[in-house]
Amino acid sequence: MAEKYIQMNELSVGYHGKALIHDICIGIEKGEIVTLIGPNGSGKSTILKSITRQLKLIGGTVEYDRKNLQEISFRELSTRMAVMLTERMKPELMTCHDIVATGRYPYTGRLGILSMEDEQKVEHAMRIVHAQELGGRDFNAISDGQKQRVLLARAICQEPDILILDEPTSFLDIRHKLELLSILRSMAKENGITVIMSLHEIDLAQKISDKVICVKGDVISHYGEPDALFKEEIIRELYDIQKGSFDPLFGSIELPRPQGEVKTFVISACGNGIPIYRRLQKENIPFAAGILYENDLDYQLAKQLASDIIAEKPFREISEETYRRALERMKRCDRVIAAEFPREESNKLLQQLLEEAENMGILEK
Amino acid sequence: MGKTTISGEGTFHMENFRRRSRYTLVFLILIGAFLFITVLNINTGNVHISISEILNIIFRRAGDPKNYNIVWKIRLPRILMAAILGGALSLAGFLLQTFFENPIAGPFVLGISSGAKMVVALTMIYYMGNAQNVTSYTLIAAAFAGSMISIGFILLISRRVHHMASLLVAGIMIGYICSAVTEFVITFAQDSDIVNLHGWSQGSFSGMDWSNVYISAVVIGVTLLLTFGLSKPIGAYQLGEAYAQSMGVNIRVFRVMLILLSSILSACVTAFAGPISFVGIAVPFLIKQSLGTSRPLIVIPGTFLGGAVFCMMCDLIARMAFAPLELNISTVTSIFGAPVVIFMMLRKRRGR
Repeated sequence: MAEKYIQMNELSVGYHGKALIHDICIGIEKGEIVTLIGPNGSGKSTILKSITRQLKLIGGTVEYDRKNLQEISFRELSTRMAVMLTERMKPELMTCHDIVATGRYPYTGRLGILSMEDEQKVEHAMRIVHAQELGGRDFNAISDGQKQRVLLARAICQEPDILILDEPTSFLDIRHKLELLSILRSMAKENGITVIMSLHEIDLAQKISDKVICVKGDVISHYGEPDALFKEEIIRELYDIQKGSFDPLFGSIELPRPQGEVKTFVISACGNGIPIYRRLQKENIPFAAGILYENDLDYQLAKQLASDIIAEKPFREISEETYRRALERMKRCDRVIAAEFPREESNKLLQQLLEEAENMGILEK
Repeated sequence: MGKTTISGEGTFHMENFRRRSRYTLVFLILIGAFLFITVLNINTGNVHISISEILNIIFRRAGDPKNYNIVWKIRLPRILMAAILGGALSLAGFLLQTFFENPIAGPFVLGISSGAKMVVALTMIYYMGNAQNVTSYTLIAAAFAGSMISIGFILLISRRVHHMASLLVAGIMIGYICSAVTEFVITFAQDSDIVNLHGWSQGSFSGMDWSNVYISAVVIGVTLLLTFGLSKPIGAYQLGEAYAQSMGVNIRVFRVMLILLSSILSACVTAFAGPISFVGIAVPFLIKQSLGTSRPLIVIPGTFLGGAVFCMMCDLIARMAFAPLELNISTVTSIFGAPVVIFMMLRKRRGR
């Protein structure tokens, strides 16, 4: 096996000498973004704490740049690796500038006095995370989301080669989540910093990560590129999802589809059915959808939400056979909801279905 | 929240500049207070000595022999001891607060002073029983052993109890147990010893001589320097253990150092002056608030100086308030220190 920048060999991690997760064999390249996903309590933090030396390794080794973690001094490690933890920090009488300045710790002298250059680096890091206006504020007086950004600035200020973040997006609103992740991406791709983090938002994990580690119970259940891992079954199994579903294409999650006898039929195309599906979902009314082309936007969502779908292969005329199935399904319903769709030669049977509903008197206007 | 909120404007450099000005001001005030109280302390007493005579006695070593003796043999060593031990006590408080991440921790509250007192009392009685003189070093060693016993218990408890309040209650209980043992021993000690022991076990700066001053100055001076040298890792530790480690601090070594240093400081105080309450909590709080920072590099010397001023002032009051009757030093420190602690707790509650 070729040695990677960060190499974990048969690593076992856990607390008090008891291994929670074992046989972790993972190699990470320089400048990669690697995300740990998995349910609460699956041991994501335990792995992160172990590779940052907060927890003793139970077995196996971790190597950074071909150097064994156990043989690197705390001091040397601090110039290579910065962390951002979930642990709450409650400093006394410290401004946000002061907190960020603690990132300069490995570089200051015996008494920790900041040079002019250190002060500038602190301000630079604050600008990167768009937190310059927080500088002089008391750290305890700002919101959790702001704290999170200040802590990221602190980690940036430490000028690490490796950045380890435990749930960095918690407490952040959507804008700052996106900002944080794009900062991480540019740090990784432009500055070659290796980022290892845990995330709860699997949709974001899918979009930002070069590699994803699925942590479940006592093993790493999957490891690899997101494209290979973000499959409905893998995610469903990883999080043991019984209610609701995951759409691997957009990384979105949906509540479970309404249960019960299907009495509502939705006719739509071109994504115009989506608001109708959502409304029915919220009102907890089960529905059937048709006739949808399999490449229609409506089809993607209907797969998650509709109890029954009558679909047609893309780029052809709707066939008689499909029409018959749709009609049959519709006749068992007492309500039909239709969305706007362009009327073309190829979907004339869909138009016919609509007329049929009108004639039956069940079309909702 | 507090008056310390600095406006968000301005660069970090400017912010640091403003703070340095504030530090300078606070230190000037502290030094001024120190000098003022020193003079006041030498000046006042049952025998009144004028300032010009004091200066004459101190700097030219001349003057009325009786007054000369009062100043050099009684007042000066006592003042210096109050200063040194007060500083040590405050610094021990600051270190323990950092260690336990708890602003109300201190050598007295955690039972460390009482543990030291217990072992010192046992040692004194043992030596007196054998009609031997106890050296200061023996007393310091005994107090150190006592401190370590108490702190050992606290550490054992803190492994299981993570709640701040419970830990303090445990410390107070340890303090009571040690005090009970001490009282028990004193009750059964020989009459002639009792007077000596009783006065000491209540806490007092009276009866200090120059040998006490030299020894405590050396022991505490060295400890102070070592602590000052640790100010950088102490600052890192204030952010929590995990972050400190990520900044390159060897946590295990550091924690042991912190415990040893704070034990030596509180042991020294107890060995010479007995247990003194509340100084270790009130002074670091007041100093941090007036400096507007918790940065150890600034707070360590500030706390030491502040503790010295505080204890000299309290000793002056203890001596003079009901002269010729002398109060226990703890009586006075409690009157001033306890309200500060209550204020701290109220503020903390409000802040949350």
